[in-house]
Amino acid sequence: MQINGEFKPLIVAFCCNWCSYAGADLAGNNRLAYPENVKIIKVPCSCRVNPMFILRAFQRGADGVIICGCHPGDCHYTSGNYYTRRRMSLLFSMLNFLGIEKERTRVEWVSAAEGAKFAATMNEFTEAVAALGENKRLEDLRCKR
Amino acid sequence: MQKINSTMLIEKAAQLLENGTADRVLGWKKGEFDYDITPAVFNSVDQIKKEFVFGDFCGANLSKYLVKETRKGDGKVAVFLKPCDTYSFNQLLTEKRFDREKVYAVGISCEGMADIFKVKQIAGDGIVSVSSDGENVKVETLYDGEKTIKLSDVIAERCINCKSRKCVAYDELMGEEGEIIDSDRFDMVSKIESMSEDERFGFWQNELSKCIRCNACRNVCPACTCEKCVFDNPDSCAQNKAPADSFEEKMFHIIRAFHVAGRCTDCGECSRVCPQNIPLHLLNRKFIKDIDTFYGEYQAGAQVGSRAPLVDYTEGDIEPGEAVMKGESENA
Amino acid sequence: MQRIGVFVCWCGSNIAGTVDVKAVAEALKNEPGVVFSTDYQYMCSQAGQDIIKNAIKEHNLSGIVVCSCSPRMHEQTFRKTAQAAGLNPYMVEISNIREQCSWVHKDMEKGTEKAIILGKAAIAKVNLNAPLTPGESPVTKRALVIGGGIAGIQTALDIADAGFPVDIVETKPTIGGKMAQLDKTFPTLDCAACILTPKMVDAGQSDKIRIFSYSEVSQVKGFVGNFDVTIKKKARYVKEDLCTGCGLCTEKCPQKKVPNEFNLGMDNRRAIYIPFAQAVPKVATIDADYCTMLKSGKCGVCSKVCTAGAIDYTQKDEYIEEKYGAIVVATGYNPISMDKFDEYAYNQSKDVITSLEFERLTNAAGPTAGKLLRPSDNKHPHTIVFVQCVGSRCANCAEKGKEYCSKICCMYTAKHAMLTRDKYPDTDVYVFYIDVRTPGKSFDEFYRRAVEEYGVHYIKGMVGKIAPEGDVLKVQASDLINNKQIHIDADLVVLAAAIEPDKSARPLATMLTASMDTNDFFTEAHPKLRPVESPTAGVFLSGACQGPKDIPETVAQAGAAASKVIGLLAKDKLMGNPCVAHSNELMCNGCSSCERVCPYGAITYSDKEFRMPDRTVAIRRVASVNEAVCQGCGACTVACPSGAMDLKGFANNQIVAEVDAICK
Repeated sequence: MQINGEFKPLIVAFCCNWCSYAGADLAGNNRLAYPENVKIIKVPCSCRVNPMFILRAFQRGADGVIICGCHPGDCHYTSGNYYTRRRMSLLFSMLNFLGIEKERTRVEWVSAAEGAKFAATMNEFTEAVAALGENKRLEDLRCKR
Repeated sequence: MQKINSTMLIEKAAQLLENGTADRVLGWKKGEFDYDITPAVFNSVDQIKKEFVFGDFCGANLSKYLVKETRKGDGKVAVFLKPCDTYSFNQLLTEKRFDREKVYAVGISCEGMADIFKVKQIAGDGIVSVSSDGENVKVETLYDGEKTIKLSDVIAERCINCKSRKCVAYDELMGEEGEIIDSDRFDMVSKIESMSEDERFGFWQNELSKCIRCNACRNVCPACTCEKCVFDNPDSCAQNKAPADSFEEKMFHIIRAFHVAGRCTDCGECSRVCPQNIPLHLLNRKFIKDIDTFYGEYQAGAQVGSRAPLVDYTEGDIEPGEAVMKGESENA
Repeated sequence: MQRIGVFVCWCGSNIAGTVDVKAVAEALKNEPGVVFSTDYQYMCSQAGQDIIKNAIKEHNLSGIVVCSCSPRMHEQTFRKTAQAAGLNPYMVEISNIREQCSWVHKDMEKGTEKAIILGKAAIAKVNLNAPLTPGESPVTKRALVIGGGIAGIQTALDIADAGFPVDIVETKPTIGGKMAQLDKTFPTLDCAACILTPKMVDAGQSDKIRIFSYSEVSQVKGFVGNFDVTIKKKARYVKEDLCTGCGLCTEKCPQKKVPNEFNLGMDNRRAIYIPFAQAVPKVATIDADYCTMLKSGKCGVCSKVCTAGAIDYTQKDEYIEEKYGAIVVATGYNPISMDKFDEYAYNQSKDVITSLEFERLTNAAGPTAGKLLRPSDNKHPHTIVFVQCVGSRCANCAEKGKEYCSKICCMYTAKHAMLTRDKYPDTDVYVFYIDVRTPGKSFDEFYRRAVEEYGVHYIKGMVGKIAPEGDVLKVQASDLINNKQIHIDADLVVLAAAIEPDKSARPLATMLTASMDTNDFFTEAHPKLRPVESPTAGVFLSGACQGPKDIPETVAQAGAAASKVIGLLAKDKLMGNPCVAHSNELMCNGCSSCERVCPYGAITYSDKEFRMPDRTVAIRRVASVNEAVCQGCGACTVACPSGAMDLKGFANNQIVAEVDAICK
């Protein structure tokens, strides 16, 4: 979205409850700043993220979508993030195949101890998406303000 | 060995009803036009003799209809399955979509089906009749009269790139046992992969914008046998009925391809029935190709009970970031 | 339509400093379903909770949104508040405007704007919430303690004391752990064995405690109240029930050249051994790596001398399956390897030792029978240098050390220095330190005694290099207070090596699905408020596996973990998490995709009759979810192509509503 003429990408971050959401909390505890336009949605596990949610976010105006989960092997539910990894590998590869900028989607494993990594990831991802400009290729004009 | 023809199948279908092997037969009958052959259920020998057809325009994959048909009554359903249909048949069994005991499957060898789009390209519009003798296709059009085209010139793309002429499931086989073929079916996917991002976007924007959301691809797809499709379900948050926006064209086709990823046997029915001639099978093939590249070769439907790649994992699986790069550069 | 109340918390200035809370409350007033919106300094306080309770009653609220700190902090608090006011606790949604807003943003305007959007997302979700009731599951009234050091022993004793059966699994042939190797304990200087061994005996003799020594946990399945654990009992080639622990075999065994790990390799033991005299269980173990009989089939001495007939060379690893209601992790610690600290010449000189080795050297049951003799030549050392923080607080040397403080080293070094000066007044003792940290009861007094009464030379500064030269160790160090370089010719150098979690901890954490920090210490469910629980329900933490700890702290934590276990086992039924998956049978294809991704085996299938639109009846295979087994990960919801599977509390339409609210 444009704020005072400057492009600020809207980032939707799906965070698993056990690791990444806690990692985001830790970033908060340590006052590690990242852009305001990163908005977190809590899910029990990264494997709860349906590709439809991601497309929906893009439809409604998100410029980037990131999915954060426990590191492979550390899933609170043992295997959830392994399924996430396969699903998102295939989905993101498909989006890329359709010519949708691959930098707009990302999966990052952030543990509950990695507050710094969470903040750094959000900063870096926001920057990468900002460099692309607005999401035009998966937009829904009806959802534009 | 003689090519399977209509007479042979009519005889077989009638025989299966007569000897009580099955009490109904899934086959093909003529639709509105000659080339517009449609799946049908036959309950009587009379009906079979009157309506049953088989020929080079019988591309329709009958396996899907078993889901609903086997639920009706107790008797067996006989079904004719071309090699590619048998993969769908196995995949449906893997997903426990019908009871194998209720089916009598007749595998039929196949050397490829004709593509009416190709015929139209050569013969022009306004086809009034079309017939094939196994070598040549005779077409009569409103504007140009009769034309004869070589069948080999109008073989469907999916048959040119046939992955297997082997029937992987049947109770009885008619014709020769074929073989699994080392096809070039991923060439077009590779070609698109090697395009630039903008070109890829342009390609698909152009193709998908033709979509009229008729749902033919979904309705014909043997992997799309959901009791209720998410796109018809107001609670699914994905319900949409019309391609009102370029987003929804993409949404529909991405999600549809994703839902059948790892389950799609690459039968190519989606592209066959698309009235807009969108190469939808390429989306499915992209998933198949990626699955093969990322997780090792996997052919859905090759075996009953195999574990689909999306309901499986290994600890060392490729990371999504790398996967995207690999999916792009594998053929570059 | 819901009647939603919105409660915006200031959290003092924590939120209000960066977010205009009044503006947030005002903006959210107009959201769909909201009938009441207010703000307050501390929503979690009694007064704040009363505001919520009153509003629920007064405005007949059907759902509430609390804009406050992380739900990990106070979601439970506000759920209870809602429940107390007669509202279903799952009609509460937390909007995290502290950790994920005010604390990470500085600009008031942007922070406020984000807080409003986060609030809208929570309102959008709660609009779609439905009251949820947790399911119930039974509790197996038996606990498992993994690790048999002082932490594990104390936990087991306390659990057993409350009347519940408990099993200890210990990898070593005996329980006792690190404490069994220690000489004296700070700050009271009572001997470790004198206070530990009675506890070991208690554990060994308790009819409620079973000890699986020389054993490992090889598989953990299930969930709180219902764990299925496979224990691998390694072959010790001695029948535990027959061995009397007489020790004759350990004297007659001809294989004498086995480094004795109990004495950290400073002397040798036999191939068949009992680690130390007070071992529990007091049963011999054959070390298969050294036993000639097991390696070449020639020998059999131990079998000949054993009058009990306990030796069994054909013994195999045994797998035991047992059910537990709760699991306590007490895997402890180890000193880190000194291999990367070349500057201290640990690998070059036998006379550079670690503090744990020093414990054995001064222990009456140790390799020198308690006489302080240096390892190279068995001479009495006259100048001893203690180096603290070797590998601890290594912010700039993370590749070889640890960033954290190992916590116990300051005190045991003071103890070592004091004991040395006490026994051998002719010895000069130097301690090099970064800081001396003595924050414990009677700790600082203890340290001051070492300095003031025993004349230990404490020098603030680090040792730069230790070079063996002849039979002395040239110690080069800096004295930061006097700002000069110091050279000491030492006879013995003792390194206070950092401690790290036992290597078995990480694979165990994976089995337990318990989380760990980057240093492989187990993480607590809450660092302050739930310090002995792991975030995984039913898994508790005891001792140094959670972080460096001394004995009093370990024992305290062991007791705390035990009390949590007792609290759990005392229940007949557990209330489950109601945020579980459920299958809409009308849409279910029965395709088994969900079953294949479910890590808990919570999904089963049955054939059901359905009336079809054409008035016929069809039998279809459909999935159903065992709510007691489902843990609510949601893997099935995405695997399901038809969308028949959804997750309560995190339903498709709820998450989409959040997405929409955020992206609006």
